[in-house]
Amino acid sequence: MNYQIDHIRELESESIFIMREVAAQFENPVLMFSGGKDSILMVYLAHKAFYPAKIPFSLLHVDTGHNFPETLKYRDELVERFGAKLVIGSVQEAIDNGIVTEEKGFDASRNGLQTSALLEALEKGKYDAALGGARRDEEKARAKERFFSHRDEFGQWDPKNQRPELWNLFNGRKNIGEHFRVFPISNWTELDVWQYLALENIPLPSLYFAHEREVFKRDGTLLADCEYIQKRPDEEVFTQMVRCRTIGDMTCTGVWESNASTVDEIIQEIATTRMTERGGRTDDKRSETSMEDRKKLGYF
Amino acid sequence: MQTELLRFTTAGSVDDGKSTLIGRLLYDSKSIYQDQYEQIERVSEKRGEEGVNLALLTDGLKSEREQGITIDVAYRYFSTPKRKFIIADTPGHIQYTRNMVTGASTANVALVLIDARHGVVEQTKRHAIIASLLQIPHLLVCINKMDLVDHSQSVYDKIQDDFEQFAAKLDVKDVSFIPISALNGDNVVNRSEKMDWFEGSTLMYYLENVHIASDHNFIDTRLPIQTVIRPYNDEFHDYRGYAGRIAGGSFKVGDKIVALPSGFSSEVTRIVGASGDQESAYPPQSVTLLLKGDIDISRGDMIVRENNQPEVGQDIDLMICWFDREKPLKPKGKYAIKHTSQDVRCVIKEVRYKLDINTLSRDQEDKEIRMNDIGRILIRTTKPLFTDPYRKNRVTGSVIIIDEGTNNTVAAGMVI
Ligand SMILES: Nc1nc2c(ncn2[C@@H]2O[C@H](COP(=O)(O)OP(=O)(O)OP(=O)(O)O)[C@@H](O)[C@H]2O)c(=O)[nH]1
Ligand SMILES: [Mg+2]
Repeated sequence: MNYQIDHIRELESESIFIMREVAAQFENPVLMFSGGKDSILMVYLAHKAFYPAKIPFSLLHVDTGHNFPETLKYRDELVERFGAKLVIGSVQEAIDNGIVTEEKGFDASRNGLQTSALLEALEKGKYDAALGGARRDEEKARAKERFFSHRDEFGQWDPKNQRPELWNLFNGRKNIGEHFRVFPISNWTELDVWQYLALENIPLPSLYFAHEREVFKRDGTLLADCEYIQKRPDEEVFTQMVRCRTIGDMTCTGVWESNASTVDEIIQEIATTRMTERGGRTDDKRSETSMEDRKKLGYF
Repeated sequence: MQTELLRFTTAGSVDDGKSTLIGRLLYDSKSIYQDQYEQIERVSEKRGEEGVNLALLTDGLKSEREQGITIDVAYRYFSTPKRKFIIADTPGHIQYTRNMVTGASTANVALVLIDARHGVVEQTKRHAIIASLLQIPHLLVCINKMDLVDHSQSVYDKIQDDFEQFAAKLDVKDVSFIPISALNGDNVVNRSEKMDWFEGSTLMYYLENVHIASDHNFIDTRLPIQTVIRPYNDEFHDYRGYAGRIAGGSFKVGDKIVALPSGFSSEVTRIVGASGDQESAYPPQSVTLLLKGDIDISRGDMIVRENNQPEVGQDIDLMICWFDREKPLKPKGKYAIKHTSQDVRCVIKEVRYKLDINTLSRDQEDKEIRMNDIGRILIRTTKPLFTDPYRKNRVTGSVIIIDEGTNNTVAAGMVI
């Protein structure tokens, strides 16, 4: 008998194992759903992990109100397809209730406000574990994450003092008020994700494929022209074939010049690209350790 | 697209060049993105370093960059047409040994770095002992900074001898050696022109070719149950699936099985995998088994074969590595234990000995087990565990010990 298993199937098996641990170890887990390919992958893996039972987690979307319209459409269809429950944490509401204050000016983004809205939604729903689709290959602070990442009662991450995590024995014990972030696809790379999406024929939001869009350039990054971003006087809008490599809030998600219009072409493109996918994220560019700083406060 | 997954870890004392080596491996294999490279180039320049400090590719935390050491494991990925690699770059500093164990616990290969100027030091020994306790199947000893010892063969030979003498007392199966310069890239991806006396292969060649197919146990059939799948709807009314990741051996549809601890027998009627029904299953696949008849199985139980069963018992003999900074192991103390999908409590019945890292002798006088100590203990659990010796099975032979007051993982344990 041939006992070989290829790397994609091994990653799949690892992620399913972790999702099952979460369902077993926590009382009220939730899956953080951003609308991007990684959270879409997470939903499909969760479906497999518990099939033919329903996914035992609600999906939590922390909505900045600055979405690409395509994201919401895809989200609602996905929720319908899997009969999942959708919970929305609204940044707009947090602003309206005076919990957070909106940034002003050209570089204004609601990305930072997402953390407060997320922590608030977690508290409100009494969630004791939040599953996230972050991957270690995305960013240098994420490269340091455990699968089971402990958060104190303020939702903070302490990277200098993480719990040891041995073998596949995941310690989800905590005190009241604390919670865990769990990252089942930690070990997947961007290319692994795309190869899997191709292998499994998973439909994706149209934003990932090359399309014509009105864009403008800022600090070397192309941004989609939209009502949420205030352009500087010298920033000119032009039309370009582009696609998204990550999908977040419109104000911080850069778009890429690309002609890749099928999953196979995207795989080709990623295999040869010289830039990381978060290279176009203006939220990561704010300082050398902006991801680490945000994560310490409780960001995804 | 069929590629194997190889997980490897770095080990060795602080500043021996582990992170630099990983950076070099990624750089020379063209696995670094341009924006990542530009970022570390900028940071190196700002810090006034001579060249681009490749260790910054893994040392990504603010405090790591401030202190110039690795604090916690960084995971990095790259692939070649042959394999996909998961790298765990771990800290050498003794204070962070727990993070080294974290990175090493899932590795197939450990790269043990030694600074050619200093040779085998205590921390090299500690890490080599941990690697052997963890039963990492392959050790590659990388004698680094050869550029600082004139690429001298005699220095290399001497260190190899020292290490071999020490390792003879350890339980390691496969040890190889290689002289490198992580800084200059000698024998990392490209062969060194300065060490033509070395006839072995480069690090990259080793990683692509080391034989790992047999690193799982395919003999002793084990499935620890994580969760029971019950759809509660009309279409799948009677569906009851036992979900888990195969920890050893293999299952086929039609196999006779026994459930532990109940001892009830049954037969596998279906195996549902990630892509639907499958005829058989083996490690490390996550599956759901359906069984004939109605038997009561829940999380923590284990499905095995009648004629090949694990040890079922409450008295467990363990080698442990202790992590708690504040508190030493409490003799007669009570702790929580995690083993496969079981959660139990235990009492420490006896500390048998503590291991002297330098001589590997057993200290039976001073038995206080403090942070980073390795020792042998006997525990009694509140419920039976289903174990195999760690040497035979890394999944069913490992436990973690948890302090019930702080909820912290305070030790890694390996069943003798
Ligand atoms: N000359 C020379 N210097 C090296 C070599 N490899 C690493 N170094 C230097 O040694 C120092 C420590 O290197 P690191 O890669 O940070 O060491 P490390 O083993 O990762 O250290 P910890 O992770 O803190 O245990 C740095 O200044 C490196 O530039 C080498 O081959 N030759
Ligand atoms: Mg290091």
